[in-house]
Amino acid sequence: METILNYLHQHINIIYIVVLSIFLGIEVIGRVPSVLHTPLMSGANAIHGVVIIGAIIVMGRVEMGNYAALIIGFLAVLLGTLNVVGGFVVTDRMLEMFKKKK
Amino acid sequence: MELNLLTLCYLIGSITFIVGLKMLSHPESARKGNLVAAFGMAISIIGTIFLYQENGEGLHNYEWIFSALIVGTIIGVLAAKKVKMTAMPELVSLFNGMGGACAALISIIEFKHITHHFSIASVAAPLTEVPYATYLSIFAGLIIGSVSFAGSIIAWGKLNGSIKDFSFKGQQVFNIVLFVFAIALSAYLIVNLTADTLPLFYVVLVASLVYGVLFVLPIGGADMPVVISLLNSFTGVAAACGGFLYNNQVMLTGGILVGAAGTLLTILMCKAMNRSLLNVLIGSFGASSGGTQQAVTGSYKEIALSDAAVCMSYANKVIIVPGYGLAVAQAQHICHELEKILEEKGVDVKYAIHPVAGRMPGHMNVLLAEADVDYDKLLEMEAANDEFKQTDVVLILGANDVVNPAAKTDPASPIYGMPILEVEQAKTVIVNKRSMKPGYAGIENALFFQPKTSMLFGDAKAALQKLVAEIKSM
Repeated sequence: METILNYLHQHINIIYIVVLSIFLGIEVIGRVPSVLHTPLMSGANAIHGVVIIGAIIVMGRVEMGNYAALIIGFLAVLLGTLNVVGGFVVTDRMLEMFKKKK
Repeated sequence: MELNLLTLCYLIGSITFIVGLKMLSHPESARKGNLVAAFGMAISIIGTIFLYQENGEGLHNYEWIFSALIVGTIIGVLAAKKVKMTAMPELVSLFNGMGGACAALISIIEFKHITHHFSIASVAAPLTEVPYATYLSIFAGLIIGSVSFAGSIIAWGKLNGSIKDFSFKGQQVFNIVLFVFAIALSAYLIVNLTADTLPLFYVVLVASLVYGVLFVLPIGGADMPVVISLLNSFTGVAAACGGFLYNNQVMLTGGILVGAAGTLLTILMCKAMNRSLLNVLIGSFGASSGGTQQAVTGSYKEIALSDAAVCMSYANKVIIVPGYGLAVAQAQHICHELEKILEEKGVDVKYAIHPVAGRMPGHMNVLLAEADVDYDKLLEMEAANDEFKQTDVVLILGANDVVNPAAKTDPASPIYGMPILEVEQAKTVIVNKRSMKPGYAGIENALFFQPKTSMLFGDAKAALQKLVAEIKSM
């Protein structure tokens, strides 16, 4: 029990971020029209590609010569990039189509 | 100095994600919102590469990082630019899977990194200097990331037709047991990690992957958008686990935002189909419907192309109802051509879009927009239902369940209660389908047997081409 309370106290900033982000995430897309469900999903998909930052940090810390870790890290950065770049480009392509009819 | 700058980069990143998501949920600002979020992402990534420091030391292995970034960018841009509009849902699922895999790989490397000395010194005592919270983040990232990865790949395969529905007896129970096993084993490892128990980490990995596969396999193809949206929010949470691990605010806010927004979006999608999330995940359509449904009997009549052409060109008002069949046949362009020809003849042409027509919510809007169909011609469900009464001809292109009157009249029907397009209020209904085979829900459609309905069999693209040629020659 005390370890949990201790943990809460030490990481209270992070916990605030999490709680507020949850509410924000729900509020922010509250009244999205169904037309935009697909682009919104695709855009959100690109945003969680932020995981790539973790991959970059991991990669940048691997000691030279540790090839197993280097290769896994390389894969992680590669996949993360695919997620981010592909996600944003696909979303833009979808939304571009909505725009030009007028 | 560098670290302060990096904090600023992350702050900008977090704010752009929030603003971007907000703008993405309004039609006028959506495209800009996407760019805003992309901009914030670029700042965060570049900032991390050049400014990140740990114990006063910057990152190295730049050649590896940049080559991965460049290769990933090239493949990502090409894939996103080349993909056909109909294959969009698959691609989103695939990209989502990549994000999940990335999160899982980070966990694997971090785990190897902090347990490194086990293998050297063969210490048999549990580590005390690494806090439980770190292990918790690693295991959570591993499990959620792998489930998301495996599930997304299966969803991708299902949408492009290479993987069929599969389920075995007791699968639900097996899934739950597997899931509990992965969690329990992780909990055990977090508390009792020794050199001997290290390999069990990979057992958790495999169990999570298998769970991801089995979780998505039995879910029907038409529910894939909901599943993808759910897996999307999973990956968001996996990214947030990375945020915990590195105490990284932008990963935290980005991940949690997507996790929360994705979950809400999933629920909204279910609502559009009038089903609960649980129902989508556990019960597959048709499987639970007993024999109590009203039997649909009678005979249908076919209509000749020339009759359909006459019927439509002399109508005052035609409403086209596009469905999955249109998407599969890639018939959106020829459909737009039909609309233009009819308009030249003085016919008022509109489209009625059911919120879940196609394979993704908004799928039809994207497809028709690709074919340059005027935005004002697309009617949402309520507006369309008001207009059917004054409509002479309704042309249904490969849609089925979304126009099935059983959803209103037959309480025993598995789709009972789903809002539908009430096409039977129009004077004439022409249905283009490839065959009399039932739609995704696996039920007959009484609409096809009504006296005012006639069938025009054939692939949507071929049938429309012939129809356009016929009307032109009139």
